[in-house]
Amino acid sequence: MEKLTLSPEKITADLVPQAFGKRGMIWTGCLLVLCAIGLFAYIRQVTKGLVVTNMRDYVSWGIYISNFVFFVAISLVGSLITAVFRLADVHWSTPLTRIAEIIAVSAIVFASLIIIVDMGRPERFYFLLIFGRIQSPIMWDVIVISTYFVISLLLLYLPLLPDIKILLEQKGVGVDRFQKLYRFLGSFWKGLDIQEKMNNKAVTLLCVTIIPVAFSIHTVTSWLFATTYRPGWDSTNFGAYFISGAFLVGAGGVVVAMYVFRHVYKLEKYITEMHFDRMGKIVVMLALLYLYFNVNEYLVPAFKMKTSEEAHLMQLFTGEYAPMFWFAIFTGMLIPIAIMIFKKGRKPLPMFVAGIMVVVGAWFKRYLIVTPTLLHPFLPMHNVPASYHHYFPSWEEWAIAIGSLAGAMLVITFFARILPIIPIHETIIEQHETAE
Amino acid sequence: MENNDSTSRRTFIAGSILAGLAVGCSNKKDPFTQSAEETVAASGEKVKLLSVDGEIVEVDIAYLKPIPHLPPVSIDESRIGIEGKKFVMVVDLARCKNLRKCQASCDHMHHIHSEQNWLKVYPMKEAEHTAPYWQPTQCMHCDEPPCVKVCPVDATFKRKDGIVLIDNQRCIGCRFCMAACPYSSRVFNWQESDYVEDPNIHVAYSPETSVPQKRGTVGKCDFCPDMYREGKLPHCVQACPNGVFLFGDMNEDSVTNGAETFRFSELIKDKAGYRLMEDLGTKPSVYYLPPVSRNFKFEDGMENEAPGETISSHTK
Repeated sequence: MEKLTLSPEKITADLVPQAFGKRGMIWTGCLLVLCAIGLFAYIRQVTKGLVVTNMRDYVSWGIYISNFVFFVAISLVGSLITAVFRLADVHWSTPLTRIAEIIAVSAIVFASLIIIVDMGRPERFYFLLIFGRIQSPIMWDVIVISTYFVISLLLLYLPLLPDIKILLEQKGVGVDRFQKLYRFLGSFWKGLDIQEKMNNKAVTLLCVTIIPVAFSIHTVTSWLFATTYRPGWDSTNFGAYFISGAFLVGAGGVVVAMYVFRHVYKLEKYITEMHFDRMGKIVVMLALLYLYFNVNEYLVPAFKMKTSEEAHLMQLFTGEYAPMFWFAIFTGMLIPIAIMIFKKGRKPLPMFVAGIMVVVGAWFKRYLIVTPTLLHPFLPMHNVPASYHHYFPSWEEWAIAIGSLAGAMLVITFFARILPIIPIHETIIEQHETAE
Repeated sequence: MENNDSTSRRTFIAGSILAGLAVGCSNKKDPFTQSAEETVAASGEKVKLLSVDGEIVEVDIAYLKPIPHLPPVSIDESRIGIEGKKFVMVVDLARCKNLRKCQASCDHMHHIHSEQNWLKVYPMKEAEHTAPYWQPTQCMHCDEPPCVKVCPVDATFKRKDGIVLIDNQRCIGCRFCMAACPYSSRVFNWQESDYVEDPNIHVAYSPETSVPQKRGTVGKCDFCPDMYREGKLPHCVQACPNGVFLFGDMNEDSVTNGAETFRFSELIKDKAGYRLMEDLGTKPSVYYLPPVSRNFKFEDGMENEAPGETISSHTK
């Protein structure tokens, strides 16, 4: 490992939140505009009804649901980087834990929001609590997603406490105006031994609990589809297929975020080429794993070509959705593998490009999981207007989906503005240990 | 033509409800008994009626008093179902020529949006060399309903009498049931229904009547239990001039289309009845009689198809 000999003061100075520069302002402004457009579209949807979308009786789930699956997927990375690595006593990932955790929290928040957006009667959301029936996979999802949200939030918050203490002692444009917030969040934290001990114990416990919960959120999400009879969804492979895909897109998301933060906040000393190299290896492994489940998912039914599956599969392989299908396979898996399998490909810039490909490919993959299946019901589509036979999202759907993605990035941006995106305290400790 | 018909029927219903209410309010008498205070002058216009003992009598129109409609049953009651019943439908494919009178009647009576139908008539063709036939399909009222299984809020439920209903005051519009239903029988109210309601009629909502429709909720065939309570057959059964639909009770072992009545078990045995997608284990309450010795040629039904529609969809 690259030896760093940085003083705690230097580390603190490097890692405290900084005020937005010009680029930060423009970036935040753009995200705010996208969110505003999304909100405007949603207001239209609430007033006019879901008729503003292009979903109809056959394609009754569209990009809202695929976006939901995408958010749930990308949120899984929190558990991977934080919990799995921590329990495995892997230390190099320390600077990445908070990035992963904030991605997890913001993604899970927007996953819940986008589900409410998809509802025909959002004002009845609380019915889930008062009339909820446990045999519905939606209820399972409500339970595991809210549990996952709480655990992720705690896994974000508890390791922040020592950092908040440091921030309270800092002065400067970056932190001055948030002192009140810092006091509210962590003034009780004195850094006592007993507090440290309790905190460590709590984090370890949370790391143990979050792994089954993380597996549950994405398995249950896959069951929303797999518990139906429809060709393309009726698959016992779905849980594992979704989880492997989720780890992949999450890891891809972390790669993109670490490149951006490293570049913008000049964190080259903390997020080093070593980190990219190791993340690259992980992404390759995850992409191969996901590829394996894809082969299972498509090749086995394609070998048999049952009538009900045939129409669906042919539409993906050679039909209407073939360009998107092969784009998702190549961009989401094959090309990133080809880039990152070589040492040169695991340098920051190529990794950044590959990471974006993984994330974009994954988004379209979710679209392909949701929509084409619905276009192949058991009975032929009939006695409906021609527009019911196809689906392409309306501008409102795009605006809301893009707005939700922008919203998730906005949460991450504001978080990094207010709180240190790389753990200060833990970095100092590890420096100390390495130095010894 | 059809429009005129329906307008006049609506006006009549409206009139009868208003009259019933007026009677109910003014002297608190039940509308079926004659009251001494009421004196009505004969109008001279007579109608022929069938008396209870089978005689035809002539009555002056002024002496007729409209009977108020039975109020719909409460939501709680409609979740239970009708005691001792197990409703069943038999669809005789040999009689169907895609007239879609069933569809029009169902759409009208349930205020369904003009783009949508609860009852669809599919042109089916199993394989390249097999014969095409028309298959009316609506909710199968399955005994193992996949839609009910997945509903997170108990908005769609299975009743004692076998009927699967939706409570649109409960439905949150997640559309999981639509994804779960293999028969594509559920439709979603993407917007307000374009059915023009008579402003004089304010019907209280009941899952048994399914009206008024509510935006943002799911709808589907309800097997018309409200009609059964009035001693009538479902709208589709009544509307079909060819007697395709036979409705009845499994416990009584009889089904009828109004004109003919059959013993359900014998009919199914004699004509080799079957259910759709038996392999899925949904156990539908709708049975089909195979399209053999047909009353009409398949092509006869083509005139009711939208241009280009059938060619694109009926062969897989």
